[in-house]
Amino acid sequence: MKNSMQIFTRPWIWSWLAAGLVFTMTLLLTKGQGAGGLAYAALSFGSFAAIVGLGQMLVMTLGPGNVDLSIPATMTLAATLGLKVMNSEPGNAMLGLGVALLAGLLTGGMNVLLIFLLRLPPIIATLAASLVYQSVAIWSNRGLRIKPPETLADFATGRLIGVPNVAWVALILSIIIWIVLERSLWGRWLLASGQNLRAARLAGVPVQSVRAVTYIVVAILASVAGYLLASFSGGAALNMGSEYLLMSIAVVVIGGTSVAGGFSNVPGIWGASLFMFLVVSMLNSYGAGAGLRMVLTGTIIIFIVIAASSRRGRL
Amino acid sequence: MQTKYRILLPLISLAVLLAATFWMQPRTMSYFGVNLLFNLAVPIALATIAQMMIIMVNDIDLGMGAFVSLVACVVATFLQDTPVLGTIMLIGLILSYAAMGALIHRLELPAIVVTLGMSFVWGGLALFILPSPGGASPGWLRALMTSKPPLMPMAVVAAILFSIVTHLLIMRSGIGTVLRGVGGNTRAVQRAGWSVIWLKALAYGLAGLFAVLAGMALVGLTTSADANIALRYTLLSIAGVILGGGEFIGGKVSPTGAVIGALTLTLASSFLNFMRLNPDWQIGAQGAILILVLTARLLFAKREART
Repeated sequence: MKNSMQIFTRPWIWSWLAAGLVFTMTLLLTKGQGAGGLAYAALSFGSFAAIVGLGQMLVMTLGPGNVDLSIPATMTLAATLGLKVMNSEPGNAMLGLGVALLAGLLTGGMNVLLIFLLRLPPIIATLAASLVYQSVAIWSNRGLRIKPPETLADFATGRLIGVPNVAWVALILSIIIWIVLERSLWGRWLLASGQNLRAARLAGVPVQSVRAVTYIVVAILASVAGYLLASFSGGAALNMGSEYLLMSIAVVVIGGTSVAGGFSNVPGIWGASLFMFLVVSMLNSYGAGAGLRMVLTGTIIIFIVIAASSRRGRL
Repeated sequence: MQTKYRILLPLISLAVLLAATFWMQPRTMSYFGVNLLFNLAVPIALATIAQMMIIMVNDIDLGMGAFVSLVACVVATFLQDTPVLGTIMLIGLILSYAAMGALIHRLELPAIVVTLGMSFVWGGLALFILPSPGGASPGWLRALMTSKPPLMPMAVVAAILFSIVTHLLIMRSGIGTVLRGVGGNTRAVQRAGWSVIWLKALAYGLAGLFAVLAGMALVGLTTSADANIALRYTLLSIAGVILGGGEFIGGKVSPTGAVIGALTLTLASSFLNFMRLNPDWQIGAQGAILILVLTARLLFAKREART
């Protein structure tokens, strides 16, 4: 009994419950038809949200004021450069991935420079820098839509044991980040810095390096997401990242990661990512128009946040 | 001393940018030219003031752009067709902003998330009202926004007026000082016998009021609206506040600075146009200017940063 109650004190449970509820409600309408297809689609589209959400989660764990607003620009830039270098030729997939990762490394490094060397607040630094990345993407892309190599496109849209390949990639990344957070020294340092920066510094944690590495990791994750998304959807578009700005923050918070910092929550990211896709598809299948869909999505997000925070209050 | 520094740098950056623009395109140095340069700054300045009210109490509003878009849609439809109903709706929107502030404080919710969630709600309502671009600006609003006051262009008059009014309200009045106190030390304000929930509601309500004014000014200029018309105002307003010498925490804001920050941002894009820069690099150059100005702030604020 105690164990079964304890599960409700886990911060990630709410996003999973919400995702499950929405999933069930969609199936009630279709009388159970298309359950597999819906789950498959949710896993595919949820993966991209999960990957950028993981990065945003790490940054937000650093404490209030830490957020990366350059994620969409980094995604677009990495995807654009990656696809350009591959030039739709088969056998270039790894080269493209390398270039995309390099782009992520560079944007992350640039963010770090602005935040630490120029001591800009992260919100404003990543915002200003993202304008520059966007420009580079526009300049290198010139409105061309280069198709990904066929093998890569097949991989991105393919499946293994019934689960989309992109979901496997996202899952592996999540597990790595989970282990790093829970088991490695660096993960402990990150959590400590988020909980109390001053105390962590006095305890000998290299706070600045921890923060710098985090801002680079988020950019690299964003570049992976951009690369995969472009391969998945048949090319890079200049606005491909735009919806992931709000999405990345929303999945972190719905997932139960503390906005005050110091507490990460990997499983919650997945629940929230699936939920964010499922809620839109539920409202779609109930025939809600675009306006109503947005109003309800917003309302539901706020209610989940209220539910999650009042639970924290009781503890 | 510190307050003086805070306003000095935004002023200098605006002056430098303005001088560069005049130098490159001397014809802008006229009543008509200045009006063109700063016309679109009026709604941005109002949105920046609104964002400043939120940043003043240590929160941040990620739904500002969506809210201003919604206001623009209401103004271009209801306020135009049925002025009474339109006015009631706008007042309702301001009150809902105040209620959002009270809710955020009462339930100790993260403002960044609630405003983010509300941005969906505002955006959805805007789509509901105006599914496709359209509407029309009420005549009096159009007349007001295109009026030609003597001596100075309308945009400059408006900017001066906004900064004086908000300066008196936030920096000089008693309630303004208490509001900034909420950002500086909430607990101290509470101990002093103030009801913080009402103060937060007031700060958010003021933000709602200025955001509504921003939406009205925008429609007055563009004469029509759509649901996405002002989405970029979210980031512009945050950048404007910071550019104007404000800080994210501690209630350290400057209304005059915010107005100047908004003017600087608007001028930056005109400036880049005159430079005949490759359009691909326009956005990037805007980012670079932002970084440049903020870097200059470092030189001024070195003493502050050390503490």
